[in-house]
Amino acid sequence: MEIKKRAKIKSIPYKDFKDNETYEKLVEELNAGGVNVLVKPFDDLIDWGRSNSLWPLTFATSCCGIEFMAVCAARYDIARFGFEVTRNSPRQADVILVCGTITTKMAPVLKRLYDEMADPKYVVAIGGCSVAGGPFTKSYHVVQGVDKVIPVDVYVPGCPPRPEAFLYGMMQLQRIVKVENYFGTTNRKQKRPKEEEKA
Amino acid sequence: MFDFSIVTNWFDTLLRSAMPSWAAILIECVVVGLIIITLYACFAIFLIYFERKICAFFQCRLGPNRVGKWGLLQVFADVFKMLTKEIIFMKNTDRLIYVIAPVMVILSSMLTFSCIPWNKGAEILDFNVGVFFFLAASSLGIVGILLAGIGSQNKYSLIGAMRAGAQIISYELSIGMTMLAMIALTGTMQFSAIVEGQADCWNIVKGHVPAIIAFIIYMIAGNAECNRGPFDMPEAESELTAGYHTEYSGMGFGFYYLAEYLNLFICACIATTIFLGGWMPLHIGVAGFDGVMDAIPGFVWFVVKAVFVTFLLMWERWTFPRLRIDQLLNLEWKYLIPISMGNLVLMALISEFGLHF
Amino acid sequence: MKLEITTIEPSKLRAELLRLRDVEKMDFLENLVGMDWGEEGGLGVVYMLLSTETGKRVNLRTSTTDREHPVLPTASDLWDIALIYEREVYDFYGIIFAGHPDMRRLFLREDWKGFPMRKDDDPIAENPFDGEHMTNEPLADVTRQYSMNPDGTLGDYKENVIFAPDDYVVNIGPQHPSTHGVLHFRVALNGEIIKRVDPILGYIHRGVEKLNESLTYPQTLALTDRLDYISAQQSRHALCACIEQAMGVEVSDRVKVIRTMMDELQRIDSHLLFFGCLCQDLGATTAFLYAFRDREKILDIFEETCGGRLIINYNMIGGVQYDLHPNFQRRVKDFIKLERKNLQEYYDIFADNVIAHNRLDGVGVLTKEQVISYGCTGGSGRAAGWHNDVRKLEPYAAYDRVQFNEIVLQDGDSYARLIVRLKEIEESLNILEQLVDNIPEGNYKEKMKPIIKVPEGTYYNAVEASRGRFGVFLESHGDKTPYRLHYRATGLPLVAVMDTACRGEKIADMISIGGTLDYVVPDIDR
Repeated sequence: MEIKKRAKIKSIPYKDFKDNETYEKLVEELNAGGVNVLVKPFDDLIDWGRSNSLWPLTFATSCCGIEFMAVCAARYDIARFGFEVTRNSPRQADVILVCGTITTKMAPVLKRLYDEMADPKYVVAIGGCSVAGGPFTKSYHVVQGVDKVIPVDVYVPGCPPRPEAFLYGMMQLQRIVKVENYFGTTNRKQKRPKEEEKA
Repeated sequence: MFDFSIVTNWFDTLLRSAMPSWAAILIECVVVGLIIITLYACFAIFLIYFERKICAFFQCRLGPNRVGKWGLLQVFADVFKMLTKEIIFMKNTDRLIYVIAPVMVILSSMLTFSCIPWNKGAEILDFNVGVFFFLAASSLGIVGILLAGIGSQNKYSLIGAMRAGAQIISYELSIGMTMLAMIALTGTMQFSAIVEGQADCWNIVKGHVPAIIAFIIYMIAGNAECNRGPFDMPEAESELTAGYHTEYSGMGFGFYYLAEYLNLFICACIATTIFLGGWMPLHIGVAGFDGVMDAIPGFVWFVVKAVFVTFLLMWERWTFPRLRIDQLLNLEWKYLIPISMGNLVLMALISEFGLHF
Repeated sequence: MKLEITTIEPSKLRAELLRLRDVEKMDFLENLVGMDWGEEGGLGVVYMLLSTETGKRVNLRTSTTDREHPVLPTASDLWDIALIYEREVYDFYGIIFAGHPDMRRLFLREDWKGFPMRKDDDPIAENPFDGEHMTNEPLADVTRQYSMNPDGTLGDYKENVIFAPDDYVVNIGPQHPSTHGVLHFRVALNGEIIKRVDPILGYIHRGVEKLNESLTYPQTLALTDRLDYISAQQSRHALCACIEQAMGVEVSDRVKVIRTMMDELQRIDSHLLFFGCLCQDLGATTAFLYAFRDREKILDIFEETCGGRLIINYNMIGGVQYDLHPNFQRRVKDFIKLERKNLQEYYDIFADNVIAHNRLDGVGVLTKEQVISYGCTGGSGRAAGWHNDVRKLEPYAAYDRVQFNEIVLQDGDSYARLIVRLKEIEESLNILEQLVDNIPEGNYKEKMKPIIKVPEGTYYNAVEASRGRFGVFLESHGDKTPYRLHYRATGLPLVAVMDTACRGEKIADMISIGGTLDYVVPDIDR
């Protein structure tokens, strides 16, 4: 099947991205029902806005958090992509960068944070610990990967990943955001609390 | 100097010639309303971009540069994102208050925005008690913040809102006092007349010592009024996560975000109007130079001055660490208010005895 | 060094501890290590006491064979730091300390089953990660104080109230920008004034000490870097040196100098990060970026020689992983020159600012007695007038051949804690300057046997890490894995002292106190 939507990221050619197979599979899934010609331009506009304005939640549990700070700082400057508005309140954040080990005690907190975020929300697992438990995988108090708790969009391995890897991971996330369909699919259809009470 | 009232009068006569006067007024109101909203949005977008670039400049970074040329489209992307972001309603909040709060803030901000005299003849709201109206309208914003704190059912929000209440109400006193001092000098409360009075000499020069003191106090209190660093206690990120707007997502938060930047700009605009001659060009008394300055439209003069003052305010924000709430109130009640009171007396004496330029 | 440990009966422990504190002036409880010596040896505790006046050490061990209800007398009224150490031991081994006012778990959830560090406990089987643990954790407002019967068995308990029902309690953390990680404070407020702070730890408790018991010695090294990740070099240095001392391996002078230089670079790195984060917490975002700009230069040096930026994995048992990069000396010299210039900038933009003075002067004052009783080593202790620099007291590596000052201030407030660290950057630069041209030739790595076994005994080695005394307590039974490997965390005492430092201050001061105490959470939780 032909790829209908293919995200373009400034200054990096499509073929230079790794793991394009997974990506194309994802695109295929998203476009399984075909793309609506009428709303597609609006979709593209919104996706463009969303992908360029991914505000991260300041969430760091351990070592990778320091690297995240380095990414925000002068040399790597995440602000170039428009990601510098780190929000401390999960309500206002778009992406949660899980920087560091998630322990059994932290897992419910992480899930709660994720639930508190407003749609659309994305998760990037950063570092070996949040991908699969890292060097602590045999420990009694470490969750073996955040995907056991919340759905993950992008995995960035490393211990800790270099700042370049952070940025690359964020660009991969941008590619994912850029192929989403706004009208109909991604928006959550959960009932509002009051309606839920009535039901 | 180009008089904008020629355009408005022409438009008015055109409409009245074609329709009854009530319809003409209705159409004019709608047009003016649209213009305000458009200008408001444009300035918000400009200011957010400006702030990000200025902040990056102070911090040896680049700032946004990948979305559009030099990152110019960055804020548009943010706006699209925010518009389509989910608005969360919590179970235990006070729904009505929770919904009204951001609207109050944006409403107050828009009302004050319409007081700004952009150009000769381009004032939207121009009463003879303009300054008074401005102060009244701007103090509506605090209601929005307090309501947000109460409505959100969140301890951080509540503490943030209480701090904001204490802070803004206190600092409004110094703002009022400095404005009163300048009114003593100009003798009018109408913004257009205040600007007209500065044709030969800007107030900051005219009122020399007390005017400069008033300007400095205004700059300090203005930053505090806008809840911006070093007075950003109500939303002190490192203490209260996001302060009174912790529980707001999507456009609810967007309103606070926009209002914050616009209030900053409005604060700068009023400083420009009262101290820096509004849309009046810079005159130094040399005919050739003054002629060139006169050729630049008043609107441009006004915006350039206002942006310059905004830059000063941002400089302040990105340099100083944050004060503590008690130190902040100390600063206001123990220093700024006595100084501005004395300043008012001084200004009254100066204008009474005609000691100004 | 090998520890000389005196064994003592639990019934006589109390009297002996009192005597040691009052007569022998043992005012610093350096370490309190829980142990499980199996069925016969029983569950017990090792006390490591140090006198700050005479420098004398005393080590005691005591144990009880009752595995159902093990009880030992408390030391928490003698040394404040025992308050939190004893909770840690209770959490890991289930030993109840009679007379301790707050016998709650420290790291694990209150509904955790079993005591994970016991040799016969299988924590994963008892606490599988499933739906049960995805509920919000229970947090008790009432805690128990147990008493001990005269025959040494567990007696009755009485209840102590932490937070009364009408207290206005604000949760700061676990996800909060200024707790520097996942730390959770429950703060009772009276308006803006803090009434009580109750730290809740363990959100990043990774079970490092339990993991260590199943890892070979070279494998255990990898985890030290990830404890206090901005003291990575020093922590690993401590463990390597401890194992080397235990095995009787003598490393070359070159290794000693390399380790010293790396430690000092790491210290500067850490203090820069401390400065940056403090500024960020107090709202001076620009200063934060200035500090990070300079920090990148150190990371460049690390990267060239060690290959890593943050987690470095450089020290090894018997030496270091790689020889120095040819650029090393030039880069260090450049950095010294640059940093001397930039250091003034930090004072200009933040430390000399009147607002910074207002925010930090006289805030969170700790007296010398308090810091010693709480065992707050490092810059936080030195700011209160306690000479505790291990580099001076017990020189290791190449510290005996360099000249430097131990920065000690007397005020004990937040501002002193900031200045101590800024001054220490200067001293570290001096040390680097003295060493950079005098790196001796020699092996950068001793040849070690493929399987490393440490002779039987108990060993302890401390280094001055970026934020205090980092100790490694190693009990070996002669196997290729340690029987018990305990780290004296630098951050745990600093969190324990938060309640004392914050009471009566404003909530905004809690941020500056926490920022200046400078703890790193994974190091606290291990």
